[in-house]
Amino acid sequence: MLRQAWLVCVKDVRMEFRGKEALNAALAFALVVLILFSFAFDPTSEQIREITGGLLWILFAFSGVLLVNRSFAREQSNDCLDILIASRVPASALLLGKAMANLVFILTVEAVCLPVFSLLYNINLFLLPQWLLLVCLLTSWAISLLGTVFAAMTVNLRLRELMLPVIVYPMIIPALAGAMQLTNVVALGKPPEGDDLIWVRLLVGFDIIFTALALGLMDTILVD
Amino acid sequence: MSDKILLTVGLASAAFLVRNLYQMFMVLPDEAAQGAIYRIMYFHIPSWFSCFTCFFASGLASGYAIWKKNFRGDSLAVAATEVGLAFTAIGLATGMIWAKIIWGIWWTWDARLTWAFITALIYAGYLMMRSMIDDPGERMRVTGVLSIFAFTSVVITYKAIDWWRTQHPGAILSFRTGGGNTDPAMEAMIYQNWFALLLLTVVLVAVRFRMEESRREIEGLRRAVYAG
Repeated sequence: MLRQAWLVCVKDVRMEFRGKEALNAALAFALVVLILFSFAFDPTSEQIREITGGLLWILFAFSGVLLVNRSFAREQSNDCLDILIASRVPASALLLGKAMANLVFILTVEAVCLPVFSLLYNINLFLLPQWLLLVCLLTSWAISLLGTVFAAMTVNLRLRELMLPVIVYPMIIPALAGAMQLTNVVALGKPPEGDDLIWVRLLVGFDIIFTALALGLMDTILVD
Repeated sequence: MSDKILLTVGLASAAFLVRNLYQMFMVLPDEAAQGAIYRIMYFHIPSWFSCFTCFFASGLASGYAIWKKNFRGDSLAVAATEVGLAFTAIGLATGMIWAKIIWGIWWTWDARLTWAFITALIYAGYLMMRSMIDDPGERMRVTGVLSIFAFTSVVITYKAIDWWRTQHPGAILSFRTGGGNTDPAMEAMIYQNWFALLLLTVVLVAVRFRMEESRREIEGLRRAVYAG
């Protein structure tokens, strides 16, 4: 199953990096919002440190949903989705592959936005790179996994673009809340400890529970 | 369920509620610290328990519906979710009234309140999603999975007071604290009122379930007419 998931992932990543439809849109969107932030508050003030995590993860959640939205919609032309479902790839491998591809896309957006944010707002986010990487990986996986599951659910809806955020955002709030707290702590150069560790546990637990649920239920969503 | 059973359960619920109201206002004294307003807890806590029960039932029914491809399970899930949302609204409203009097504010963003709100949003999304999918089979599968996912939020809401330091009061019921926090007579009243609300829940869910079954039948007939 892992091999098939890997194939799906490679296919999606290759398609996206050739066309760059969604990725370009998400990147452009993220950068525009980064600039908009500077009008929302005084970009030179010290207070911005306290809201860094919140700003960044709202941004990543928004552009992440833009990205996952295309994940199944991409397969709709020429009935590719039906062919994928009819192929010997199990639905869970399809989900896993697509979620991994989305993870790559979201991480790409983060890789561009984090340095740009650091530069523009004069905050060094990379004081503890290993913790930042951990937070990014765990949270991006949560966004891409739940996003992919709900993208599969909403792919046939008339109001797909509208319905996906309505469902995804409330569901990923636990992960986002954790990421925001941890990013704030990490941006100050302190390794998370004490009360902050509950957020790390929450992120890990969130990822494990929803990965298991999604893999178990994916057949129901796509195939039956 | 037949009309007679439903009517009996409904009347029992009403009688029980009247009896509880008498007990609350005439027999039980004011609470030492909070005064008379504490009585709203007799509706606040049971409403949330009923709400959690409904969402749990919705998740179970959804699982059953998906597993057995059974549309009655789907109807039960939507019935339980709608009634659960009504109790969520009651729980939020009673909580806010209590907060205004005790804390002086209607709302605060602590973990318990926030997650209760998120839960309401997710289940509202569930209902929105249902209205957007036309194919009954797809609707059952997709919203069924959503209902199972959504239940995680209910668990977080329930456990929020243990996981975070919240402004919302911590556990007061003896099965969570081991006893000693709440006067036994007052605690008993909470359970008694929950029982009354549960009877009401059963009636509401059953009525909504019938509506959904009729709706599905009409939908099927309409489809048959168009096809023929």
